[in-house]
Amino acid sequence: MEPKVKSAMQMKIQVRKKKTIVAKDRLFSFLFILPSILAIAIFVYGFIGWTGYVSLSNWNSQIPDFSFAGLKNYVSLFHDFRFQADLRNTAVFMILFIVLVLGMGLMIAVFLDQKIKFENLFRNIFFFPMALSFIVTGVVWQWILNPSTGVNLLMKKVGIEPMWYTSVKVIPGVEWGKIQVGIPIAVIAVVIAAVWQMTGFSVAMYLAGLRAIPDEVREAARMDGATEFQIFRKIIFPLLLPITISVIIIMAHISLKIFDLIYAMTGPGANFVTDVPGVYMFETTFRGNYYASGAAIAIIMLLSVAIFIVPYLLSNRKGES
Amino acid sequence: MVLKSVYRPILYLLLIMLGLIFLMPVYVILTTSLKPIDQITLSQMWQLPSLIDFSSYQMAFSKLAPNFINSLYLVIPATLLSALLGSLNGYVLSKWKFKGSDWLFTAILFGMFIPYQSILIPLIQFLRTIHLYNTIPGLILVHVVYGIPVTTLMFRNFYSSVPYEMIESAKIDGAGIFKIYRHILIPLSISGFVVVGIWQFTNIWNEFLFAVTITTSDQQPVMVALQNLSGSQIVQWNVQMAGALLAALPTLLVYIVLGKFFVKGLLAGSVKG
Repeated sequence: MEPKVKSAMQMKIQVRKKKTIVAKDRLFSFLFILPSILAIAIFVYGFIGWTGYVSLSNWNSQIPDFSFAGLKNYVSLFHDFRFQADLRNTAVFMILFIVLVLGMGLMIAVFLDQKIKFENLFRNIFFFPMALSFIVTGVVWQWILNPSTGVNLLMKKVGIEPMWYTSVKVIPGVEWGKIQVGIPIAVIAVVIAAVWQMTGFSVAMYLAGLRAIPDEVREAARMDGATEFQIFRKIIFPLLLPITISVIIIMAHISLKIFDLIYAMTGPGANFVTDVPGVYMFETTFRGNYYASGAAIAIIMLLSVAIFIVPYLLSNRKGES
Repeated sequence: MVLKSVYRPILYLLLIMLGLIFLMPVYVILTTSLKPIDQITLSQMWQLPSLIDFSSYQMAFSKLAPNFINSLYLVIPATLLSALLGSLNGYVLSKWKFKGSDWLFTAILFGMFIPYQSILIPLIQFLRTIHLYNTIPGLILVHVVYGIPVTTLMFRNFYSSVPYEMIESAKIDGAGIFKIYRHILIPLSISGFVVVGIWQFTNIWNEFLFAVTITTSDQQPVMVALQNLSGSQIVQWNVQMAGALLAALPTLLVYIVLGKFFVKGLLAGSVKG
């Protein structure tokens, strides 16, 4: 009898020990992530709040001036020729960029999914630009799309000779507000460079998506007499929809934040035909010392990104639990 | 969806054409950078160099080398530190969940999508106060902090695939939070560290906005120096192309050697597991 009682007591002690261990571990788990939580709280949320505060102030010179200005900085931005041009350029860039990245990405992914030879080689050719910096891309494409040299030498033979990023043309160029609304030719040049760099991303995403669709799904549809095109349109494409949405959101937020590529390739451009909020914010804040204006641009950028990202994050969270 | 054999030659033709278009910038970089300056003219852009001339590489190297070293001093510690932090966070947020930890994770994740312009003004003020403005350690701090969201995401996804029973049975055997991390998760996450390491290495090496606003002249990383090459009066295209290739070399090499992990990181950083 006795040994059994003893072991039961021992077990009790052990359980108690384990409970204190678990409580201790709980504490350690908080300590593990505490530095990161504090860092994010300060460097992300605190600093955003501080930028918001600056954007409502009169700090538009080298000397900080935190007197309250209300929405003055925002109002003057929306009346500003340069900022209006930025909004147009960003919208045009975003739409062209997303459409091309999605279209090219889907096409190349479908091609690569045909059990082709040298698939790895082809994949690497489409993927490697992603390992490059936007600065490198900008420097190289600035040379390729240089209107006096570059690709125009080839196009001249066909009879077209666009001015690329040096063009100030806006098509169709309807006057609205202070700016001409339409597609600036120069933005197309930047879009080409950006598409070259980022198409690999959508290829990778779509390829992963295509590979995740079991062959049986296609086989079954084929048995029912569906054509290859019908299978793609009615079955494959809908299955790829979540990936399409992810790519759209990622590319949209890249478009709204774009800075390095444009800064390296064209800068603001004549008449601000390639200017974007990222470049404007950088120049007005760090070259012109208009801190409050720069902060206002930054907050507008943040809000526009949040429109895409917050619902995305929340829906991801729901999908998880 | 294997297309009929009639279409296959067309398929290959299209792929080869697309491939050539994607490789065209590489051709331009190589031919331009290997030409002497007098051959860099509009009529000779697409021609191969008549003789191979490495002088543009010499010139680009002498201008970029100090900044290249700066980038190495920046990227190595920043990558290691942010991978370590991400691993700790991912461990706690996947295996030691607490009430509200999923919300906390979402709140951390938001940090990877923000335009950094929206934190830049206070960040610079802050770095000035702690005397890290215009220093490589300052840039390291910045990259470690703003790398937390993406590294946490990657490691959390990674650790989510470790079965919960494994952790439970280790706990029953009396292993605590440290032992489980040290003896179960770290050995299992070597490839996770490689993926995250490559991802952070590439991102930090290529980053420009922080680099150009936080550092000046001799503290600047290589991308800023490359951008400055084109700021000089006469644009020497051959030197610029050579510089672009030199600046891109480390990330390109990493991609060539460990490309599989790079693509894994790409997918892990955008799709939630």
